Formats: sequence, C-alpha cells, structure tokens
Amino acid sequence: MVVVLASAVVVAVVPLVFILGTLIIKGAGSLNAMFFVAAAAPAGQTGGGVGHAIVGTLVIVGMACLIGLPFGIGAGIYAAEYPGTRLAVGCRFVADVMNGTPSIVVGVVAWAWIVARQGHFSAYAGSVALAMLMIPMVMRTTEEMIKLVPHSLREAALALGYPRWRATLTVVLRTALPGIVTGTLLAVARIAGETAPLLFTALGNQYFSLDVSRPMAALPLVVFTYATGPYQEWHRLAWATALVLIIVVLVLSLAARLATRQRYPNG
Amino acid sequence: MTIRIETDRVTAMYGKFTAVKGVSLRFAANRVHALIGPSGCGKSTFLRTLNRMHEMSPGGWITGQVLLDGQDIYAPGVNAMHLRRRVGMVFQKPTPFPTMSIFDNVAAGVRVNGRRGRGELSEIVERSLRQAVLWDEVKDRLHRSALALSGGQQQRLCIARTLAPQPEVLLLDEPTASLDPRGTQLIEELLFELRTNFTIVIVTHNLHQAARVSDTTTFLYLGTMVEHGPTKELFTTPTNEQTEAYITGRFG
Repeated sequence: MVVVLASAVVVAVVPLVFILGTLIIKGAGSLNAMFFVAAAAPAGQTGGGVGHAIVGTLVIVGMACLIGLPFGIGAGIYAAEYPGTRLAVGCRFVADVMNGTPSIVVGVVAWAWIVARQGHFSAYAGSVALAMLMIPMVMRTTEEMIKLVPHSLREAALALGYPRWRATLTVVLRTALPGIVTGTLLAVARIAGETAPLLFTALGNQYFSLDVSRPMAALPLVVFTYATGPYQEWHRLAWATALVLIIVVLVLSLAARLATRQRYPNG
Repeated sequence: MTIRIETDRVTAMYGKFTAVKGVSLRFAANRVHALIGPSGCGKSTFLRTLNRMHEMSPGGWITGQVLLDGQDIYAPGVNAMHLRRRVGMVFQKPTPFPTMSIFDNVAAGVRVNGRRGRGELSEIVERSLRQAVLWDEVKDRLHRSALALSGGQQQRLCIARTLAPQPEVLLLDEPTASLDPRGTQLIEELLFELRTNFTIVIVTHNLHQAARVSDTTTFLYLGTMVEHGPTKELFTTPTNEQTEAYITGRFG
C-alpha cells in the first residue's frame, strides 16, 4: 500500500521536476540583467529582453485582481454566509460552470464585449478576460475556506455581543484569511500564465507601454510568439521567458505569504 | 433575595421540533444554578434562550418570556447584541480567536462595545485575567498567540474574555467537558469566587460537579422541567421519582 502511494507521489512530482529542470537548463543561460529590463529586439537581431512583457503582465494581472478580487471574495463570503439562498445556489452553479469553461471562450467573449465594440485591442480588455477567469476560482475557495472556520468561533463572537457583520469580518474572515490568500494566489498564478484570452484582447506589443487602452505585452504572449517563431534565437528567448514567468509567479506567492504570515508567534 | 432571571413558560423550537417545553424558572442573583439532565433533554437549548443565542441557530425560535432584572429580553426594541454583553456565555470547547493575541482575545468583547483608551483597556484585561485566575500564567506573554495555551488555560481565557465587558450573568455550557481533572478543578474553584459578582447558570453532564458547585439545581428531562430546588435537597431528598432515578444513575 505504502509503496503504491509512494510511487504515485513520485509520478506526480516527476513532471514538476522535469518542467523546472528543462526551463532552467534551456532558459537560465539566456538570463542576464538586460533580459529583465530591455524590451524586445527587432527580428533578426540578437539580444533584447522581456522587460516590457514583465511590466505588461504585472499591469494586466494587477488590474484583473482589482476587478476580480472584490467580486470573487464578496460572492464567496455571501455564498458561505447565506448558503441556502437561491442567489447563493445559483452563484455556486455558475461559478462551477465557469471554472470548467475553456479560457479561450472567455477571451472571445471579452473580445466581443470590448475589443469589437471599441475597434481596438487594449490591456484592460485582457484584464477583464482574466478577471472573468479569476472570479469563480476565488469565489469557490473563499467560500470553502470560510466554511472551514469552526462554527463555535462565530458563536463565541456573537455571544460577546458582536453584530453579525463584525463577527464575519473580524473573526471568521480573519481566521480564513491564510486560506483565502492561498486560493487567490493559485488563481493569480493560473491567470498570469493564461495565453489564449490575451490573444484577442491585450494582443501583445514589442515596446514598453503603460497605456491600458492600447495593446500591451505579456509574458505568456511573448512565449507564444517566440516559441512559434522561425528563428533559433527566438526559441532561446521563449525558454528564458517561460522561466521568467515562473519566477514572477513564485515571487508573487512568496510576497503574499510573507504579508499574511501568522501575526503572533506561538509559545 | 433578588431574582436576576425569570423565565415564564419558555418553549424553544428548532423549526417544528420542540426542544424545551414550557419551562418556568427563577434564578437568584449571585448564586450558581446548575441545569442537569440526560443528553438531548434541552438543557443547552434552554441556556441559549437566556442570551438569545437560540434564535441564531437554524430554525430557532421561542415562545414565552425571559425576564432579566424584570425586563423581557424578547420584547420588541431590545437589542440582542446589547443583551449579550450583559449575559455572557462560555461554551463547551474553548474558543479563543486564533488570529488574536491573548490580550486582544480578552479585549475583544470590550472593543466591540466602543473605543477605549490603551490604559483603560490594559486595566480591564488584567482585571479579567485575574478574575479568571489566569493572570500569573500569561502576564509575560499577553501579546503571544492564544493557541499556545493548554486546553484548561484556553477555557479560562474564554471566561476572562466573557467577564471583560462586565456582564451581570454568566452562562456556562458544559465548560469543563473537554478538560482534564486539574483544569476542571481550577474552573470549579473559580465559579465559587465569581459568584460574588455574577449570577451563574451552568449546564453540566457531571452530577458531582453540579453537587459541588451549585446552589440550586434544575433537572430537565425530554424538554420539560422535572424538578428544581436547592442543590442539597435535590440530591439528598428528590421529590420526583425520575429525578431520583437519574441522580442515582438508574437512567440517563
């Protein structure tokens, strides 16, 4: 039994190690300071970097969080606090369906809503698409994490004379926070790597840009472009960019974990 | 003797299920009152009607009256939140707030009542922890997590937290059920002290505990009040056959 389970663990971990290993072997060699700060070099020339795409990913994902987190967390709190209501049941159903929707479909919808109407690609269309992917994930984890908080804690707060909203915010939500942050991080990591919804929305850009109403570069788009391109040089850059994407996600998770670590030491 | 709490034909329901049937009782001020009875007899539910926590349970509603100092706590216009600050409650399992320090746990019920100065808050926290006989054990780690305390300490912390807003009545729902003998003994001794300042109603499974700590005892069975009287009399000369059978261990 133990052997079977242990080999399952090994099989599960192998692809992860393999992915990381391949990225480091093929990508690490191309990493240098310029790669992180410079924008793309014109086709045919060597050098250049993905600074513009790092900035673009941060802007697009950041805006997606600003749009998605309030709705996702709010809906999750509602569904956990009023679980039997029609709104909550409906919301849960829609979220589950959305979680299973291919991201390219979401991208097409965002294209139809924003890009087609305005007649041009834009970073915020990309953010809206990513936010739509993020909301159901964040909603469901928030709900599950709140449900894990023992009922007795809420009762203890109510018995102290807490109004219900305050018991929810200061005791229940605060207790569930590490779990909610973890869930949010998973969602951020997932959307940061999404390529398909950005193809129709943020489009990509060779240059630095902070104008969210214009096309903007993003790491997954750069990986996509370079990896499907004809040049050896581009393939090299694609590996390096993929490694950078992983690093960005890793740094984001670490930062959020540090920010929400346990406030009081035990003992 | 002042009557602190009086209930008049209190019937408590969960939806259509009746857990407590027409219980009328009087609890004198500054006494310890025990509620005993087999599991499912409605003693915890009855306790929860005294601070309006029963209505927070799914489907929970009551008929009848509960008077605190002569005022009906279910009258329209009575704020349940304000009431619960006057009638504190301690639960079976210790429930320290895991994200708060020991200090913040004790201060929680005071802060919810309005802002206080730092100095005043410290005084309240120290006084409450002393009342709960926990001060000496935690005074050097007030700003550490409450989860590092032992089960017995956590339960005394919860008592301190309940005492901090200075309630008149203290409701305890099997407060020692999850504690070891030493923790149980400390809390029983504590109840004896607290009696001078508070009116205490304790639900207990443990008949010896009821006999040790309480002044009056009420025996509930299947949601009805079977017998109520001074603890000594109820345990030595019960007037009801069921009571006698229960306290001598023949059922329940």
